[in-house]
Formats: sequence, C-alpha cells, structure tokens
Amino acid sequence: MKKLINDPLRVVDDMLEGFVAAHSRQVRRIPGTNVIVRKDAPVKGKVGIVSGGGSGHEPAHAGYVGKGMLDAAVCGEVFTSPTPDQILSAIQAVDGGNGVLLIIKNYTGDVMNFEMAAELAEAEGIRIAKVIVNDDVAVEDSTFTTGRRGIAGTVFVHKIAGALAERGASLEEVEAAAKKAIQRVRSMGVAISPCIVPAAGTPGFVLGENEMEVGIGIHGEPGIEKVSVQPAEHVADGLLARIVEDMKLDQGDQVAVMINGLGATPLMELYIVHKRVAERLAEKQIRIHETFVGEYMTSLEMAGCSISLLKLDDELIDLLRSPADTVAFKTC
Amino acid sequence: MNLGVEQAKAWIDQMNELFQQQKQYLTELDQAIGDGDHGWNMARGFQEAVDKISSNRYEDLGTLLKDVAMTLIAKVGGASGPLYGTAFLKMSQVLAGKQEGNEQEWIAALGEALAGLKARGKAQVGEKTMIDVWEPVVMFLQEKGQLLAREAAQLAQQKMEETKTLEAKKGRAAYLGKRSIGHIDPGSASSCLLFIAFAKVVES
Ligand SMILES: Nc1ncnc2c1ncn2[C@@H]1O[C@H](COP(=O)(O)OP(=O)(O)OP(=O)(O)O)[C@@H](O)[C@H]1O
Ligand SMILES: [Mg+2]
Repeated sequence: MKKLINDPLRVVDDMLEGFVAAHSRQVRRIPGTNVIVRKDAPVKGKVGIVSGGGSGHEPAHAGYVGKGMLDAAVCGEVFTSPTPDQILSAIQAVDGGNGVLLIIKNYTGDVMNFEMAAELAEAEGIRIAKVIVNDDVAVEDSTFTTGRRGIAGTVFVHKIAGALAERGASLEEVEAAAKKAIQRVRSMGVAISPCIVPAAGTPGFVLGENEMEVGIGIHGEPGIEKVSVQPAEHVADGLLARIVEDMKLDQGDQVAVMINGLGATPLMELYIVHKRVAERLAEKQIRIHETFVGEYMTSLEMAGCSISLLKLDDELIDLLRSPADTVAFKTC
Repeated sequence: MNLGVEQAKAWIDQMNELFQQQKQYLTELDQAIGDGDHGWNMARGFQEAVDKISSNRYEDLGTLLKDVAMTLIAKVGGASGPLYGTAFLKMSQVLAGKQEGNEQEWIAALGEALAGLKARGKAQVGEKTMIDVWEPVVMFLQEKGQLLAREAAQLAQQKMEETKTLEAKKGRAAYLGKRSIGHIDPGSASSCLLFIAFAKVVES
C-alpha cells in the first residue's frame, strides 16, 4: 500500500483537521466528534439538514456543508457508518427550532445508526424527518431485501433539500422535496481499478489488468458483472441505457447530469464519457439543463466513474439553480 | 436459579474473551460475504463495554445492561452496533431496578431483545442474519420455560451452521445474492458466541 498518510488508524481525524484548517470560513468541527457543521449553525428558524456516512467518499459529505446545502456532515470511519451518538451531536448542533431532516444513503448500517439517532433526538423533543437515497440502478429494487444503494445521486438530494430549507420552508416541505428528488434520480457506476481501505492495507476486490466491474458500489461492493475493459463510448452507453430505461425517460424530458469520478480517474476521461452521454441524450431529445463533471462522491483511489441523471421539473430546476456556497458545490 | 449483577458482568466478560479470541475468524467470515469488519467491530465494542462496567459498581441489572448497550451503540459501528446495542437496551428495560432476575425474567429479557432486533433490522428468519440464531433460541427457551442455557447454546451453534445454506436478503451480504450461499453469516456466528458465553455463566 502506497498512500500519503501518517497512520492508517488516524486518517479520518487527520483529514478533518486539515479540512477545517482549510475551510474555516465556511465550517467548523464540533469538538470531540467527527461532525462538521456550518460555521453559523444552528441557523435559527431554518430546518437543519444532516447527512453523512463512512469516510473515503470525499468531497462527500463534509464538502457539501454550507449555505444552501447541508448544515452538518457526520463522518464515520472509512467506509463505516457513523454511530448514533455522533449523529445525535450533529442533530443537536443544527436544530434551529424547526426540525431536522436526515438524508441517509441506503446501507443497512447507515439506516440503523441514523434511525437510532433519530429516536434519541425525538426523545429530546427535536422534530426529525428522514429520507433514504437509493439511486443505484445496478442493484435490484425490492422491498423484501436491503434494496438499492445510495451513491452519487445523493448530492442532488442535498442540493434540492438544502435550497428549499434555506428559503425557510417547513420540515414537511423540505422532506417532500427531498423525496421527490429521490424518486427522480438514478445512477450507475463502473470501476476499472479497486481501492484500498487504509486500515485494511489491501484492495477490497480484485480486477484483472483487462477487467472492469460494471455496477460497482462506492465501497467496492460487487456490481452486475465483470467484463473486459471497453472504450468510454461503450461504457457510457451501457450505464446510460440502464439508467434511462429505469427512469422511463421520454422525448422532451429535462434532466441534470452528473459525471462523477470515483477518485483516480482524470477529468479528461470524465469529459470523454460526458461527450457520449450528451450525444446520446440529444439523440433521444432529452434536454440537459445542468451538467456537473468532476469528483462528487469518490471511493478513495478507485478508478472509474458513475453517471447520475435527475429528472427535472420547474420546481427542481429552480432549486438546483438557487445559491449554494459550500466547499465542493457552488452555485450563485 | 437467579442471575444477578455479578453473573451479568461475568457474561459480558466471557463474551469479550470469546470475541477477542475469535475476532480473526469472525472477520474472515465477514470478508467472504461482507466488508470484513465484523470481528474488529465486536472485539473493539466489547472491550470498551468491559472497561466501562469493570470500573463501576452496579445496584441493578438495568443500569449495568444499559451501560453495555450505550457503549456498544457508540463503539461497535456498522450494522451490528445498533443491533447489539438495541438488544442490550431492551434487556436493560426488562431487568430495570432488579438486583437479580429469575429464569422467567431472563427469558423475557431475551425475548424483548429479539423483538428489538427485529424492529431495528426488519429481518425475518431465513434472510441469513443473526435473527436466524436469535429467534429459534429464544423460542426454545420460551417453550421450555426454563433457562436451559447449554441446550440453547447447542441450538445456536446448529442454527449458525445452517445459515450456510441460506441466501442473504438483508445486510451487506444481500448484494451478493446467490453468491452468499455456502458461507456462515458472521452476525449469526457472533450471536452464537453470545449464547455460548451465557451458557458458561449459567453453568458455573
Ligand atoms: N437487517 C438486519 N437484521 C438483523 N441482522 C442484520 C441485519 N443486517 C445485517 N445484520 C447482521 O449484521 C452482520 C454484519 O455486521 P457488521 O458489523 O459486519 O456490519 P456491516 O454490515 O459491515 O455494517 P457497515 O456496512 O455499516 O460496515 C451480518 O452478518 C448480519 O448477521
Ligand atoms: Mg461488515
């Protein structure tokens, strides 16, 4: 393992120290926790928005803390859900009196830890709403199983909910907007090389020199199949086809597109993927309203990308464009 | 037979010992069908729980088990942190205010723990989770109406082995679908250790 770290067991703490040192204008860390909050939290009267999960997905989630998006991000150990006591600290720190929305990615550990924190907060008299993001079309959607995973599409949910909360909407309204975004966002990814969790020291899965994993999860969970590496055009076609089919997109629909790098893929390659995505959507007469190309939800040094589409309407277009000032996502 | 604060402490100690011994094994089970953290999670959490309770004097079982629960919730992480945390929290509620519990009260506590696990994880028997050990063991004790701890531990072992044949429907292993068949569920293995530790305490 070759990494620029000091101690594999201290990576999260060291990263968070560096993060707040770099961005003290926007954020601070709650002492004694791995919780990053908006500098001005709690914002009185505003619905607080808390998200989080395992670390290793930077800039998610701390990078989305700030005006117009999250009030707090709870940072677990690498690829491990944060614990309820940490999540509770975040909730307490951002409750401005009008309730707190929890945005949870659909993993068993995350869901259970956030639910426990929600119960503890409710016992203290804080109103809580929760939404669960499950945008990954690589996994079968079923109410009888764990269901789909939450991946990069989560960033759109942060943006939509955050924008509405910033305007002073109620907890119910913010929750409804977040749910609407969740219903309309779909993603899928592909990995061409794996990542190494620092404490583990070895890759979580193996890919041959000429292999890629289609439908990869952001922790290296298996996807749909291993295939031999293909040109970017084919990869883009494959991912997009599944997403479009699942969303039942039609001619005339409007979307936002996110081409997300998984950590070790250069922007050059992400733009090459986007070229094809844009062409294909144009052929289908699906209109791209906004495009985001870059690293939004990574998986340490994994190479590969994911594609996310959010189906828009007037309300979502407005919320997507409204101001956000965070480390990793800015609109003005 | 009654089990009091000292026996409950011995149970936690005994579990910790087993988890320290078996952490490599549990982690290997989790590497096969999960993310390979289960052994470390349990070893870390129970060491913290033992540290916490060994430095305190307890008047009643409720307070003791609640301290264990809160430590597990904060220190285990993953899926098993909230699950085991919930189980001990439920037991602490049943045994609150009691210096010792009789067999019926302990069986009731384990029954509530199972109910809590099912409410938290929303898993049923057959989905390749720790419920596949907990439910048959608790039902066995409830049917017998006595704390037959050794038989319960044997049943736990058998049920743990049987998870090999199941396809995971809940938890991280569910992403593997059919590929999860043929492996023992790590959470069932740690739950089995919990019942083995219980039997050791009851028998001594
Ligand atoms: N919904 C559930 N209900 C009951 N038990 C579950 C459920 N989901 C998982 N488990 C149990 O938890 C065990 C895995 O625990 P572990 O500590 O490894 O969590 P994890 O899935 O790795 O969590 P994370 O993904 O957050 O790291 C499984 O073997 C299974 O027995
Ligand atoms: Mg695990």
